Amino acid sequence: MNLTESVLVALTALRTNLMRSTLTMLGIIIGVAAVITMVAMGAGAQKKIDDQIAALGTNLFMIMPGYGRDHGARTSKVRLSEDDARAIKNQVPDVVAVAPTIRGMAQVVLGNLNWSTVVQGVDGDYLIARNWAIVDGREFEPREVEGGAKVVLVGATVAKELFGEAEAVGQTIRVNRIPMKVVGVLDAKGQTGFGQDQDDLIMVPIDTARTRLLGEAGGVAKAVQVIMVSVRDAWMMEDVEAQITDILRARHRLQPGQEDTFRVRNMSEMVETRAEASRVFNMLLAAVASVSLVVGGIGIMNIMLVSVTERTREIGLRRAVGAKSRDILVQFLIEAITLCTLGGIIGVLLAVGISVGAAAIAGWSFELQWQVVVLAVLFSAVIGVFFGYYPARRAARQDPIEALRYE
Amino acid sequence: MADPLIIFDCVSRYYRVGDEAVKALDKVSLRLDVGEFVSVVGPSGSGKSTFMNLCGCLDTPTSGRVMIDGVDMAGMNDDQAAELRNAKLGFVFQQFNLLPRTSALDNVALPLLYAGCNRRARHQAAAQALDQVGLGDRVKHQPSQLSGGQQQRVAIARALVNKPILLLADEPTGALDTSTGAEIMALFQDLNDSGISIILVTHEAEVAEAAKRRLAFRDGKLLHDEALKQVRINHQETRIV
Ligand SMILES: Nc1ncnc2c1ncn2[C@@H]1O[C@H](COP(=O)(O)OP(=O)(O)OP(=O)(O)O)[C@@H](O)[C@H]1O
Ligand SMILES: [Mg+2]
Repeated sequence: MNLTESVLVALTALRTNLMRSTLTMLGIIIGVAAVITMVAMGAGAQKKIDDQIAALGTNLFMIMPGYGRDHGARTSKVRLSEDDARAIKNQVPDVVAVAPTIRGMAQVVLGNLNWSTVVQGVDGDYLIARNWAIVDGREFEPREVEGGAKVVLVGATVAKELFGEAEAVGQTIRVNRIPMKVVGVLDAKGQTGFGQDQDDLIMVPIDTARTRLLGEAGGVAKAVQVIMVSVRDAWMMEDVEAQITDILRARHRLQPGQEDTFRVRNMSEMVETRAEASRVFNMLLAAVASVSLVVGGIGIMNIMLVSVTERTREIGLRRAVGAKSRDILVQFLIEAITLCTLGGIIGVLLAVGISVGAAAIAGWSFELQWQVVVLAVLFSAVIGVFFGYYPARRAARQDPIEALRYE
Repeated sequence: MADPLIIFDCVSRYYRVGDEAVKALDKVSLRLDVGEFVSVVGPSGSGKSTFMNLCGCLDTPTSGRVMIDGVDMAGMNDDQAAELRNAKLGFVFQQFNLLPRTSALDNVALPLLYAGCNRRARHQAAAQALDQVGLGDRVKHQPSQLSGGQQQRVAIARALVNKPILLLADEPTGALDTSTGAEIMALFQDLNDSGISIILVTHEAEVAEAAKRRLAFRDGKLLHDEALKQVRINHQETRIV
């Protein structure tokens, strides 16, 4: 008997017991669907994190003020200034952009529309450091930054809230009652990893923000909250970090042995750390899902054993009319493999359905990889062989006379 | 004299149950020729089925020699026995043993699957065999949609589909009422007329008389071996029932 015939016989047998076959497959279906969904979800989360890193800007340092310590006692917060930023830019050759920024809240009004949003004071380097593009209009010109001009870049969310479909560039909006001209609209960046809308903001020249909107912070002239530093290449990060630390320590007159009064954070590293955690979590989920696949395989074995017992007479009959014991083995083995493979394929379809559905409804991100799909189907076929072999061999070894007499 | 089909030479078949040896068949010697119609009778447990299984290559003797169509069974392995059954023998059982939820046509075609015939040849031969047993109009029916007598005829068609030289029937009328049983016996007589040898195990005296020769077993021994004046069963009368 050739293979096609064997497959046909197996399929016929499965079809005559449709309900049972379906229930048996369910274990594999759920297992495969779970594995693929988990892996796809993991890959989706990974991609999201990669996107976040890209959105954040590449090879980025964030320098924030820390607390100074004097003989163990905490002193007041030491401020960073625009001069610190300029010093870094002038003295470190491997930086692409150094962007001092300040940040606060502001009320934005256009006609009778009122929107409360984040205002970010930036200089010309900020968009470079953050790898942020303008979709409409233009960036600030250097003289606007220097002169503290009343110009504003609006984030995608703000643009939508205030202008809807209408043209934003060229319009005047009131920011904390001060009329400012919109010169550009920022590209949409989406949410941060913490669920914040990054596009709900406006940007103004840093001087404008300080003098007109947020007010001068005490302590140091031209104080800034954060300095962003973008480095040319990933491998330079460590070196640049050391240089920045040296420059800032010198500028803040810290003695050797004294703690830094600022913090230099590698942003990509931070995101990577979180990514690592979510990767481990996802692998754990996938492992649990694989267990359910094995449980599904045991279910197949169980049903195949029942089926062999139940069909003892059929086996006896087939032997009597000329089936060799190998024919019986192959038949039951193919039944098991077919159940598993079919279950695997249905599981894949289910996983695709779940992924697409959950992505559409809950906004989760999934990355289906065809390698995983092929592997899952192959793996379920292997499960079929593994768990189907024992029942099939049992069927093949039955004595035809005993089998025919079986009640 | 006709050609020998089956030769038993001092054949015994023992079963070991616990410490005791059950002599299911005890030193039986006989010869059946091509074209014979033999009925096998005897009380329950006398060894009829054991004898049948040995004739059908389903079992091997504990001692003695069994020759089927000139081939010594002793030299045959499992696969060769299966091939011989497939090529030369046809089985009919008391419980019909049809595959459930499978059409009459596919049931009848089953032996040809293992003979390696293609689908078309299988279905053609199966339809022809069903015609031969008078069920040409029931090819699509499943066992549950057929009467007991019809099911047994499907089983007979299945035994015939590979054009066997020997038909082995173990109590083929055991599960049928008298008139349906007579119908089946008439069919066997027709088949025997067409040249197929038949060995038929039965409990019923009338059924046994439909054969040309009767073997009587008791306690595993062959008690009587007698030629019969075959009682023809009138199909005209029975087919109407
Ligand atoms: N597998 C077995 N193991 C042990 N003993 C067996 C086995 N098969 C048959 N026997 C014994 O062999 C003897 C003959 O059995 P067999 O089935 O040939 O009888 P039979 O004439 O066909 O009876 P019946 O008319 O009830 O079918 C019986 O005593 C039975 O108990
Ligand atoms: Mg019996």
